[in-house]
Amino acid sequence: MELCELTIHEMNEFIKHKKVSAVEITKSFLRRIEKIDFTIGSYLSVLGEDAVKRAVEVQKRIDKGEVNSYLSGIPVAIKDNICTEGIKTTCASKMLQNFVPPYNATVIKKLLEEDAVIIGKLNMDEFAMGSSTENSYFKLTKNPWDIDRVPGGSSGGAAAAVAANLTAFAIGSDTGGSIRQPASFCGVVGMKPTYGVVSRFGLIAFASSLDQIGPLTKDVTDCAIVLNSITGYDPMDSTSLNFKYPDYTKALVNDVKGLKVGIPKEYMGNGLDSEVKTAVLEAVKVLKQLGAQCEEFSFSLTEHAIAAYYIISSAEGSSNLARYDGVKYGYRAEKFSDLLDLYKKSRSEGFGTEAKRRILLGTYVLSSGYYDEYYKKALQVRTLIKNEFDEAFEKYDVVLGPAAPTTAYKFGENADNPLGMYLGDIYTVSANLAGLPGLVVPCGFDSKGLPIGLQLVSKPFGESTLLKVGFSFEQNTDHNKKARIRGELEYGI
Amino acid sequence: MEITKNTIEHIANLSRLDLTEEEKSMLLFDMKQIIAYMDKLKELDTSKVKPTAHVMQINNVFREDKSEPSYPKEKLLANAPLSEGGCFKVPKVVE
Repeated sequence: MELCELTIHEMNEFIKHKKVSAVEITKSFLRRIEKIDFTIGSYLSVLGEDAVKRAVEVQKRIDKGEVNSYLSGIPVAIKDNICTEGIKTTCASKMLQNFVPPYNATVIKKLLEEDAVIIGKLNMDEFAMGSSTENSYFKLTKNPWDIDRVPGGSSGGAAAAVAANLTAFAIGSDTGGSIRQPASFCGVVGMKPTYGVVSRFGLIAFASSLDQIGPLTKDVTDCAIVLNSITGYDPMDSTSLNFKYPDYTKALVNDVKGLKVGIPKEYMGNGLDSEVKTAVLEAVKVLKQLGAQCEEFSFSLTEHAIAAYYIISSAEGSSNLARYDGVKYGYRAEKFSDLLDLYKKSRSEGFGTEAKRRILLGTYVLSSGYYDEYYKKALQVRTLIKNEFDEAFEKYDVVLGPAAPTTAYKFGENADNPLGMYLGDIYTVSANLAGLPGLVVPCGFDSKGLPIGLQLVSKPFGESTLLKVGFSFEQNTDHNKKARIRGELEYGI
Repeated sequence: MEITKNTIEHIANLSRLDLTEEEKSMLLFDMKQIIAYMDKLKELDTSKVKPTAHVMQINNVFREDKSEPSYPKEKLLANAPLSEGGCFKVPKVVE
């Protein structure tokens, strides 16, 4: 078996017992990237020599016995909207093509403190706006299970890289499903934590009240390990939550007896692919056999959540993207007549179509005359959605459903239909609106051989509950094993 | 009110975007569709509902008024498209 196929906890065993060095592990991934990433296209930049140099330093500390972290010597790749000091951070946009952050995001600082080795930056939809990674200014990322299909998005590079063993794990961001949907499409584990448990300092903002950083990993154990590293109070983020953070690995218990599971019937109805539905119902059966109590309930605001989400996220997005003016950083047009023209030309040439669409939409719903009708209304509906979840969690420990209505679709299939693309986020956006944690784990394949993801949502700070359910599901089925790509990938190119 | 080409032009100006004719007609088509879907929210009576801008109820996050070292100026200016004498450089704004 190749080193790059291992999970974090498996690699950690090897490193601890000096069976392999951090340098060998890093090189194993770099070789793999060299060999197949021209096909997959998950990376925007790869830190070859710098990563090896860093692995050498880390190994020295390991040899001296100075390191006591699961992540020491483990390669990680980062979505390109998270600031890495001295390493280009582009948001997959022409606007930030040459942006080199002068500082590290808090998550990066935390990963480096635990001696993780950053091996590169990952492709995404421009400014995280999209669900297929087709909105990247730079390139397409292919789904490793079928390279004619999208990896999902916006953390498409992250999900594809983890699935294809191009990194041990990845850090992504989720504003309306951007970790969970690509995890589902690529057959990996992805978690969007509770709003406020991972610092957003250094995450280039899309929609500040919805954005949350989270891990994409090969299994649930790795998810818990990474959460332990990246969560925690940060005075640099005013929305960061100050409480006693648990040891998430303690939640890795194979036991769901008595667990109460609610399944929104609106998540299982119209618009859901029948094979996805079958796989989710199979998962329910498994949990029932393990002693969980599962029942359907009505989450009546499912469709309204999409409308509220796109109003709020576009409003916040248009405000956040107002900072790109061609002055302080980012793209500046070459020809302009005056300052106003400098702004307009720089923004029009620097942003891609989807970013412009969201800016317009956001500006519209915030503009005089429409603010109450759309923006305020959406914030009120957000309250109703939060209330509906509060009620559900009085009865249930977790809310279960699919992560996406379909498996991975072909390139271009939804590209000309922005509303159609937005509707694909129907099962994921409500967790962001309510600030709830959501976990996606593989739960089977469709007849085309494409992975299907199971989504579990819990109340605020319910990460441990989600990990416990996810871990139990993983231990009692072979879905995770089947979703792990082994050996060489032959794409016949 | 119906969204027209004028609406798109007005919003684009507020957003500081110059759109081509082609972009305008495409975005007009998309916006009409998207806003029609958004109108779904009108089904709901929210007259007595408080808006939620932020889910976590955190208020007034202050820190001590104490100066701390910032990032080096050169590093920050290195990302500017144009700078001079330690400042960002922009076209003349006053006559």
